[in-house]
Amino acid sequence: MVGGSQLENANPLIYRRAGERQVTAQEEDEDATDRIDDREIFDLIRCINDPEHPLTLEELNVVEEIRVKVSDEENLVSVEFTPTIPHCSMATLIGLSIKVKLLRSLPERFKVDVHITPGTHASEHAVNKQLADKERVAAALENSHLLEVVNQCLSARSLA
Amino acid sequence: MKDTLALLSRVNAHPDSHCWFVAWNPSGTLLASCGGDRSIRIWGKDGDNWVCKSVLGEGHQRTVRKVAWSPCGNYLASASFDATTCIWMKKKEEFECITTLEGHENEVKSVAWAPSGSLLATCSRDKSVWLWEVDEEEEYECVSVLNSHTQDVKHVVWHPNQELLASASYDDTVKLYREEEDDWVCCATLAGHTSTVWSLAFDQTGERLATCSDDKTVRIWRQLENGEQGSKIDPNWKCVCTLSGYHTRTVYDVNWNHLTGAIATACGDDAIRIFEEDSGSDPLQPTFSLTAHMPRAHTQDINCVAWHPKDPSLLASCSDDGEMAFWRYQKPE
Repeated sequence: MVGGSQLENANPLIYRRAGERQVTAQEEDEDATDRIDDREIFDLIRCINDPEHPLTLEELNVVEEIRVKVSDEENLVSVEFTPTIPHCSMATLIGLSIKVKLLRSLPERFKVDVHITPGTHASEHAVNKQLADKERVAAALENSHLLEVVNQCLSARSLA
Repeated sequence: MKDTLALLSRVNAHPDSHCWFVAWNPSGTLLASCGGDRSIRIWGKDGDNWVCKSVLGEGHQRTVRKVAWSPCGNYLASASFDATTCIWMKKKEEFECITTLEGHENEVKSVAWAPSGSLLATCSRDKSVWLWEVDEEEEYECVSVLNSHTQDVKHVVWHPNQELLASASYDDTVKLYREEEDDWVCCATLAGHTSTVWSLAFDQTGERLATCSDDKTVRIWRQLENGEQGSKIDPNWKCVCTLSGYHTRTVYDVNWNHLTGAIATACGDDAIRIFEEDSGSDPLQPTFSLTAHMPRAHTQDINCVAWHPKDPSLLASCSDDGEMAFWRYQKPE
């Protein structure tokens, strides 16, 4: 936990990381239009650090490629994430980190919806409502302390 | 329906930031905008173009969420995420911050002047609505703190000619307040929306209220008198119409044209829509039709729509893309 001593989930299950994306010949064609696909969105969020463990959201299975949906034509991105335990107090922070990462990385035309995987968290509705409230998200990102915590989750992990 | 809403011009009002709100002054000669860049800008017309007359940049430390003109047009109030509300006095072209209202614990989300100009309402993420009284020396005093909502209060508006205040909240309800024996009380709760109520607007008479929500609907409420004439019982507000199936994302703002009765909405799906009441519709069960739909009116979420107070067909809008746009609405034949 950030600044704390007691871990909420001391021994989380660790999952194998997905391999690197296979680049096809078509994708290397400079003249072809590349649509943003599910895997591209997943690649943006898989390396986000868990706020509690020295592990990524992918290694904790908080994010999975099958829970990422993108429609390039409709400018929609939807991500479901799965907290490791149903009472995880970090759920909002994790959701906010995913949202911020996508808002910073994607073209502004995209609408980014981040939700908890249905049935996996005790406060699912409250967390989803907060993440969907852009006014609260905007205000949270003007809070320098919270922004620092989010940026830590989004920073590249050192290979120590 | 395509030609019923025509674009007049676009202005990059708050570059590289969000434009959160726009407000016309009472005579319609000036438009105030505010945004994520912490500034307030005052716009006026120069020929066919809207030009920036002044920038009010020094008042706030964080996003300026909303602005409101006093009924006389000489003052502007600004509500900010920095937990304060600034009062600006107009001196010819310039604006001077004459006082800063402090008291809310965190983000102030909206501000509104009563029709008399002697009362100001503010609301905040701290769940409260504050009422401020203004005296002749321009001193502001908090006269009431209303704690009826259980979550953030998103927006406040006054009845067009009575001292009746309405507030919209993250708790999915709308509350109405009036003064009773020197104290302000909540006199009605409008429940029906299934998610955050983002904004609300009275019609010209104040007998009806339009509310918009994260549940993607707009609801029309009407006050129904209770009991005998002259009784002290508060009117009952009933939802008489729900506009659903039109908006595909959160509806962030609704504005009721006091000259024509047309209702404009600002939506997170980047579209502006206009609704008009069907002629001959039953006042107790009114029906409204979509008369204009402008998809991609902006390139991002639309935060606000504001009808001009004098020119019945002029509409201003603003968006997360930082731009304001001006539209000419023509009711279809």
